[in-house]
Amino acid sequence: MSELLKYPGESKADSLSPEGKAAAHTRRVFLFKLAVGLNALVGAVLAVPLAGYLLGPAARKRSNIGAWVNLGSLSDFPVGQTRLADFLSPMAAFNDGETGKTSCWVRRVSEQTVQVFAINCAHLGCPVRWFAESKLFLCPCHGGAYYEDGSRASGPPERGLFEYKTRIAGDHLLIHAGNLPTLSTEASCKEKPMVQIQPAKQIEAARAVSADPAARSTTWQG
Amino acid sequence: MAGLKIYNWIEHRLGLIQPLKEAAEHPTPSNNASWWYVFGSAATVLLMLQIVTGILLALVYSPSANEAWTSLNFLNHNIALGWYLRALHGWGSDFMIAIVLIHLVQVFLFGSFKFPRELTWMVGVVLLLLTLGMAFTGQVMRFDQDAYWGLGIGASISSRVPFVGAKLVHLLLGGSIIGGATLSRFFTLHVFVIPGLLLAGVAVHVLMVLRHGVSDWPMPGRLVRKSTYEREYHELTQRTGLPFVPDAAWKDAIFAAAILFSVMACAFFFGPFGPGGQPDPTIIQTAPHPDFAFLWIYAVLAFLPPSLETPVLLVAPVIAIAGMLLLPLLAGEGERHWARRPVAVLSVSVIAVTLGIFTRLGTYTPWSPVMDAWSGDAVPVKYMHNRTPLEREGAMVLQDKQCRDCHSLDGAGGLRGPALDSVAARMTEDQIVRQVLQGGGNMPAYGNALNPAETKALVSFLMTLRGNALEPAMDASRELLRQSRTATPVNPDAAVPGTAKAGEQK
Repeated sequence: MSELLKYPGESKADSLSPEGKAAAHTRRVFLFKLAVGLNALVGAVLAVPLAGYLLGPAARKRSNIGAWVNLGSLSDFPVGQTRLADFLSPMAAFNDGETGKTSCWVRRVSEQTVQVFAINCAHLGCPVRWFAESKLFLCPCHGGAYYEDGSRASGPPERGLFEYKTRIAGDHLLIHAGNLPTLSTEASCKEKPMVQIQPAKQIEAARAVSADPAARSTTWQG
Repeated sequence: MAGLKIYNWIEHRLGLIQPLKEAAEHPTPSNNASWWYVFGSAATVLLMLQIVTGILLALVYSPSANEAWTSLNFLNHNIALGWYLRALHGWGSDFMIAIVLIHLVQVFLFGSFKFPRELTWMVGVVLLLLTLGMAFTGQVMRFDQDAYWGLGIGASISSRVPFVGAKLVHLLLGGSIIGGATLSRFFTLHVFVIPGLLLAGVAVHVLMVLRHGVSDWPMPGRLVRKSTYEREYHELTQRTGLPFVPDAAWKDAIFAAAILFSVMACAFFFGPFGPGGQPDPTIIQTAPHPDFAFLWIYAVLAFLPPSLETPVLLVAPVIAIAGMLLLPLLAGEGERHWARRPVAVLSVSVIAVTLGIFTRLGTYTPWSPVMDAWSGDAVPVKYMHNRTPLEREGAMVLQDKQCRDCHSLDGAGGLRGPALDSVAARMTEDQIVRQVLQGGGNMPAYGNALNPAETKALVSFLMTLRGNALEPAMDASRELLRQSRTATPVNPDAAVPGTAKAGEQK
C-alpha cells in the first residue's frame, strides 16, 4: 500500500467502516442527485422541441390546410355528365412527385350547378370509378357503390362520397382542396347540403355574395 | 501457436469469446434436440438475410416520392443482379413472416410459454408485431399503385379513431396528403426504427432463452408448477443434458440452410415483387390489394357491416394483442402437452382455418365488381336462342346497364350479386321488377338508370333464365287466392270447368 502514490483527492472517509462511509458520503450522494436532476431538466428542455418537430404534421390548424384550385373551363364539363378532372394538390410539396396530383369527379347538374366528388371511397379511400350507363360510382376494393349524386347506394361505406366545396368564377370551376379525404379529414365542410337542382338565378345570387377572384392553382406555384 | 497467442491477447482484452463459447455449449435436455425446435433460429437467420439484402438495396434505392418507383425499376433492369437482391429481400420477408408464425404456433402448442418463460413469450409477441410492421412498411417502400392506395387505406382506418382521427392521419402521412413526406417517414420506420427495435428485442429474447434454457419436450401429465419446475428442469438437464452446440444445433443449422436455399430458389425462379403501376393517383384504373400477409384483413374489411366497422377495426386488434400478451399470465402453470389442451388445439385450428379462408377470398375478391365484365363478357349464345325480340333487347339492356359487373351468367361476370342463370326460378316477375327498380340487400336501386321500356325488356329477358328448364318461381299467396276464389263457385253447375280454366290461365 505504502508504495503506491497517494491520490490527492482521496477522502478521509476511505478508511472508515462501511457504516462510517454511509454516514460520511451524504454530500456526494446529494451532488449526484443534483446532477441527475440537472440532466432531467436538460433532457426535458431538449425533448420538447424534438417532440414538437415529430408531432408537427398533427399540429397544423385546420384552417391552414387547403386552397381554391382551378379545375379549368366550365365548358369542359357538359351539363348532365360526370367527368374525371385532374389537379395538382395545393398541399403538394417539392418532393411529392406525381403523388402530388389528384383526381376528382365533376358532375355538372345544370348550367350553374356542379357537384365535385373526391375519388376516394368513403370506406377505405380506394379510387371509385364512374359508370355512366348504370349511373353508379363503383369502388374496386370492397365493392362500395354510390348513386350519381354521391349518396351511398350499397356496400361497406357508411356514408356518401366526399364532396369538395365548389365555386364558379366566370367561366372557371374552382374547388377547395386540401386534405386527403377521409372520414375525419373531409374534403368539404359538413354543413354543405347535397346540391339539388335549383334555378340558375338563385345560384348566381348566392355565388355573387362570396365572389373571390383571388383563386390560384397551388400554394407553392404561386 | 502464434494463433493461440493472438487469441489470448484479444480475449484477455475483449473477454467475450469465452462466455459466448460457454453459452453455445450450454447443456440442454436431450429431448428438445428435435426438428420441432428449429424455427426460432431460422427466423433469426432470415432476419440477418433481410438486414444484409436491405443494406445492399439501400445503396441504390432512392426514398423520395419523385424517384422511388423509378429507382426500383432501375434496380430491376439496369443494375447487375439488382432484380435478384430485390427478389431475395421480398421472398425473405414472406418466409420470415411464415417462419415466425410457425415458431409462435409451435411454442403455443408445446406450452413453452408457461413459467418461467412468460416474458420470453411476451417479447416474442412484440417481435411478431415488429415483423408485421416491417412487412407493411416494406410494402410502402415499393411505392407503386398498391403502396399508394394501401397508405390511403391506412389513413382511412386511422381517421376512424374518435377525436384524434384527423391528427393521426396527418401524423401517419407526415402532411395532409400522401406524398414525399409519407414515404420518408415509412422509410425511417423501415430502415432505422423497427430494425433497431427488432435487433434489441431478438437480443433480449435470446438472452432469456439462455437464462431459462430451451423448454423441455412436453409430456402429458407432467405439470408445470412454479414451486418445482425450475428444479425439475435442472435435474433433467443434469441427467440427460447435451451440449447445445453441436449436439442440438446441427438440426438448426441444416434447417436454416434449407430455408435460405428455399428463399434463393424462390427469388431465382419467381423473381422480385413488382413494382406495380406507377404511384400516380390520377390513374384510377387500378384494383389495389395488399401483400399476401395482409390479404385476410383486406377480406375481413369487405364483410363487416358498416355500423360495426369502426368498433371492430379499433377494438379487435387491441383485444387480440392484449390476449396474446396476457396468455402466459393467465395460463402460466399446468399441462403443457397439446393432447391435454383441447382448447389450445381448437383455437389454433379455428384461427388457422379462418385466416386461410379470408386469405383465399382476398386472392380473388368476390365482393368486388368486375369493372369490365359488362363490355368484356358477352351474354352466352345459348341464352339468346328461341328468345323474342323483346327478350333479346332485354339482354342488351343487361349488358349496357353494367349488370354483369356484379352478376355472372354461365360463370362469367362479377360475383358481388347472385348468378342470374336461374333467377326466374327463384323470383317472380313482380319480385324482379321491384328488386331492379328499388334495389335492396346490397343492390343499388336502378329506378333512375332505367326507363320503363328498358325495365320491361330487361325483366322479360330475366324471366327466360330458368337454369336447366326449372319451374318458374310463383307467388304462393296469389296462387292460394286464386284457388280460394275458384273453389267457391257462385254457380255450382259451372264450378268444374271454371276451375280447370283458371288453373291454365297465365
